[in-house]
Amino acid sequence: MSSNDMNTRDRQTRMGLLARARPARLAALMPALPRHDWLRAPETGAVMVRGRIGATGGAFNLAEMSVTRCALKLDGGAVGHAYVQGRDKDHAARAAVIDALMQGPAAARIEADILAPLRADEENRRHARAEKAAATKVEFFTMVRGED
Amino acid sequence: MYVATKGGERAIDAAHQWLAEERRGSPSVPELSIAQIREQMTLAVNRVMAEGSLYDPDLAALAIKQARGDLIEAIFLIRAYRTTLPRFGASAPVETGGMAITRRISATFKDAPGGQVLGPTFDYTHRLLDFKLMAEGAAQEAARKPADPEPAPHILSLLDRDGLMEPLAATDDTPRDLTREPLELPADRPLRLQALARGDEGFLLSLAYSTQRGYGRTHAFVGELRIGTCAVEMEIPELGFAVEIGEIELTECETVNQFTGSKTEPPQFTRGYGLVMGQSERKAISMSLVDRALRWEELGEENTGAPAQDTEFVLYHADNIQATGFLEHIKLPHYVDFQSELELIRKLRREAAGVQMREAAE
Repeated sequence: MSSNDMNTRDRQTRMGLLARARPARLAALMPALPRHDWLRAPETGAVMVRGRIGATGGAFNLAEMSVTRCALKLDGGAVGHAYVQGRDKDHAARAAVIDALMQGPAAARIEADILAPLRADEENRRHARAEKAAATKVEFFTMVRGED
Repeated sequence: MYVATKGGERAIDAAHQWLAEERRGSPSVPELSIAQIREQMTLAVNRVMAEGSLYDPDLAALAIKQARGDLIEAIFLIRAYRTTLPRFGASAPVETGGMAITRRISATFKDAPGGQVLGPTFDYTHRLLDFKLMAEGAAQEAARKPADPEPAPHILSLLDRDGLMEPLAATDDTPRDLTREPLELPADRPLRLQALARGDEGFLLSLAYSTQRGYGRTHAFVGELRIGTCAVEMEIPELGFAVEIGEIELTECETVNQFTGSKTEPPQFTRGYGLVMGQSERKAISMSLVDRALRWEELGEENTGAPAQDTEFVLYHADNIQATGFLEHIKLPHYVDFQSELELIRKLRREAAGVQMREAAE
């Protein structure tokens, strides 16, 4: 895999994490935004979510979800994009700023101060759900039948 | 002839003011917040998202508050809102095989890999009112156990492997979209599934129940029912790659149905499919039964004339917003229409009376 592919893969993972982040948590981790120019001001729209017939067959349109997107340019010239779930424009703006900052010298600091805590939050949420689900897993036992 | 009438503006304003007051209820009781509805009336929120056809829990909660708990009115508000949103695109089909599972059960295989996970279910409760909930108190905490990394593949894929299951073709055709073009027949399976996914839960429940009672019987077993969250991924043209734009909760039901075979197909099991936004297993099971019943033609089965086999009947009556719009419009002023009906009846009565008088005179 080329380093370009690796970068794209990392960026995809990061954008997904930011899209799923709780807006209030992201705002607490990053209260102030650096100066930026909008390439596309935040706008809320809908994405048609598709499913597959029988989980693995042909696609069908299930229903829409709300999504907010934006694109911006930092003073240094770095461009950031965001597509985040919901209607929170500040959420989208923060995600785009982080996307742009991760392409420059601030990357390590952003990774440690913002992305790592977001990843930990998500991991905790998933872990808690998986543990509760595991507690409701049925353990069957067979009654011994009388045989004589 | 149409006669425009005016008037009633002041009455309408006052009616809406009163509505707002009634919505709030007694001021001595604390007001509901959107977060409270979202967190504590979750299944109502889920229904409004599924039938409103827009995944946004906060908006669904707001709609429920505004509609005073009338869920069809709330769904109406969501449908109206979603028409104002620009469409950014369509996602890649969600991979329900990779779902983070909350609940997953099978009525056909006890020992399926990944196990039977009950999740937060009403099943096995005694349906007795819990008077403890009348008093405020701390909620019970869920039990926990170390999570099991065992994967939970779709259970029907196990039957698939043995060739006993009707095969599915994973095509990449762009499905028709009834929010972009009028719903026209014949409707292929993707279009039918879209209509069912946003259809009224009560209507689908009754239709599904009718198939169980013999009106288009399909002998369904729940092969698998799973609830959990799935990532939604979309190709972003300006970036040239796909990103996850969020995650949504889904309920999926796959039924296994008897099929004795046809001229071209050997005896095998066939499938019904249900997929619904949020946690809604009644709707997902209903959807999969109705989906299967509607497939009679492609499977070469007999049309018994059952309502659940009639695509036009099902698809044109499943949408509760269309239905309520047409139904409720008859309560709005029809004074002029009715005036002409009144005149017609009077004329017919005069004529009838005239005939009787003539007969009496003869």
